[in-house]
Amino acid sequence: MSTSGAAVTGGQAPAGRLSATRAAREAVKRLCAALGGPVMFVQSGGCCAGSVPMCYPAGEFITGAGDLLLGTIEGCPFYIDAALDTAWNKPDFTLDIELGEPEGFSLGPAAGQHFVARSASCTTRQDERP
Amino acid sequence: MKYLPPGAPDSVVDVQPVYQNFIGGKWMPPVSGSYRVNLSPATAKPICEVAESTPEDVELALDAAHAAKDEWGEKSTAQRAAMLNRIADAIDEHREMLAVAESWENGKPVRETLAADIPLAADHFRYFAAAIRAEESEISEIDKDLIAYHFKEPLGVVGQIIPFNFPLLMAAWKLAPALAAGNCSVLKPASPTPWSILKLMEVLEDFLPPGIVNVVTGPGGQIGKALAANPRIAKVAFTGETVTGRLIMQYASEHIIPVTLELGGKSPNIFFSDVMSAEDEFLDKAVEGLVLYAFNKGEVCTCPSRALIQESIYDKFMELALDRIARIKEGNPLDTETMMGPQNSAQQLEKIASYVEIGKAEGAEVLIGGKRAHIGGEFEDGYFFEPTVLKGHNKMRVFQEEIFGPVLAVTTFTDEADALAIANDTLYGLGAGVWTRDGSRAYRMGRAIKAGRVWTNCYHQYPAGAAFGGYKISGVGRETHKMMLDHYSQTKNLLVSYSSKPLGLF
Repeated sequence: MSTSGAAVTGGQAPAGRLSATRAAREAVKRLCAALGGPVMFVQSGGCCAGSVPMCYPAGEFITGAGDLLLGTIEGCPFYIDAALDTAWNKPDFTLDIELGEPEGFSLGPAAGQHFVARSASCTTRQDERP
Repeated sequence: MKYLPPGAPDSVVDVQPVYQNFIGGKWMPPVSGSYRVNLSPATAKPICEVAESTPEDVELALDAAHAAKDEWGEKSTAQRAAMLNRIADAIDEHREMLAVAESWENGKPVRETLAADIPLAADHFRYFAAAIRAEESEISEIDKDLIAYHFKEPLGVVGQIIPFNFPLLMAAWKLAPALAAGNCSVLKPASPTPWSILKLMEVLEDFLPPGIVNVVTGPGGQIGKALAANPRIAKVAFTGETVTGRLIMQYASEHIIPVTLELGGKSPNIFFSDVMSAEDEFLDKAVEGLVLYAFNKGEVCTCPSRALIQESIYDKFMELALDRIARIKEGNPLDTETMMGPQNSAQQLEKIASYVEIGKAEGAEVLIGGKRAHIGGEFEDGYFFEPTVLKGHNKMRVFQEEIFGPVLAVTTFTDEADALAIANDTLYGLGAGVWTRDGSRAYRMGRAIKAGRVWTNCYHQYPAGAAFGGYKISGVGRETHKMMLDHYSQTKNLLVSYSSKPLGLF
């Protein structure tokens, strides 16, 4: 990561870094229908919120030059802070859903569920986890 | 000894099946009538149900806080200090009950809540009781007829949002300075840990002036914005993760209110070779210092999650450390012998496991642990993870991302400059640890590390009177110090003229 203080610009990521499972796509469509409009995803850095993508009504979270648009899922943009992305070695992300309440102020796909973003190097499936 | 779980016959903690919001000194049901189950992470089984509030409940809490604020704000500092001391005494009197309740709800070992969390919470109120009594303001004699008087005045009603990792201590860190400075609070605890603070309200309700503290439980997605973006709060304070912190700062800008944030960290813990120059008590302390990444099962924003060990001592020091880690007793959080309890939720557990996989995929070596811990018996479904160490380098994701679990990333450094470069090579700047017998080196390192708290020859000590907060994206503002009183006040300047002469301008 840049330690020189030079600005890390956002903009748009090359195509193909963001994908979603079918369950996540269905969940996003249902959520948008329930809200009457698109949502947006902002990848969290970690801490108590468990490195999950926060989900808000589209436009709720003001993005800026330092935010990178990774892609869109069902018309909903997915952002990550560009400096964070660089520190994380620019992994690919797959949007999925899991049981458990959403963190922070995030919306969830349905009651008792939250969105997760699996990184390329983490391909362990539910039944393979230790 | 083993404490009985809350709700069991003869437990020191009584549990009702359902809890309400604490608003205006009363227990008020949520407007929607919805409740949510609150689980214990030790067993994955329910403790009780708590209110699942909606924005209407936040408005009721704000009504109560506004109704109380003038009277509370006009009390003398002596009166406010007396109330804070009374709160501290009540916490002390109920230490065991609160320690067991918090331990069962969060998973942290009762030995930590008894020895650290609860006594520190009581002390926090005492510290701010003392600080507000001793506070004075300055006057300036601008000229012999023009005097500037400065008064600190309360902000009014503040919104406070706290995390799950230290439910009662985080509540104390927020409430003590806010109340000391004459404000009333609406507090939203974290969704996984809404109940232990309600047990605290039960302890205080008989004497606390109604409306000065109001607790509204519920999911952030429902009531977070209702509180943080509310035009009726004069300040918002938040401890939690970065994206939510940024959103809160954005909401604060809508109403031009001050905001203090305590966010994440990836704190380096730096061990210079001279820690091994003697086999003495200090070396023992340094080894424990490394193992402190397991404190509170790693669920601490200042977790010393990156150990930087000078390469000349790496083998011997790690041998001592791994031996100590292998001896960590993990299990029933209510057993006073237990050193590490379960993670706070199934989600946390999944995330920690996925980070170990990410680390392995990046080429990190698992030196110990790396998988879910099976405690057995009634705790078999609990969210336990083995204390883990991953060896690698600072560009790996497991060195840059905040895992929030008992996973230590360890690497070596050559010299002081190298240690400093690695220590500062992070987006975060909350905590750091420096271990060396050389005081001048400790000073140089401490001044050069870009973090708000540099523990020097110690770690994980949070006394009131030591300012705590982040550099870089780790936050804004400093807690646990009397400077917090400034964050919760506004300055009134009375510029008084004792001269009758007009200015001569008009």
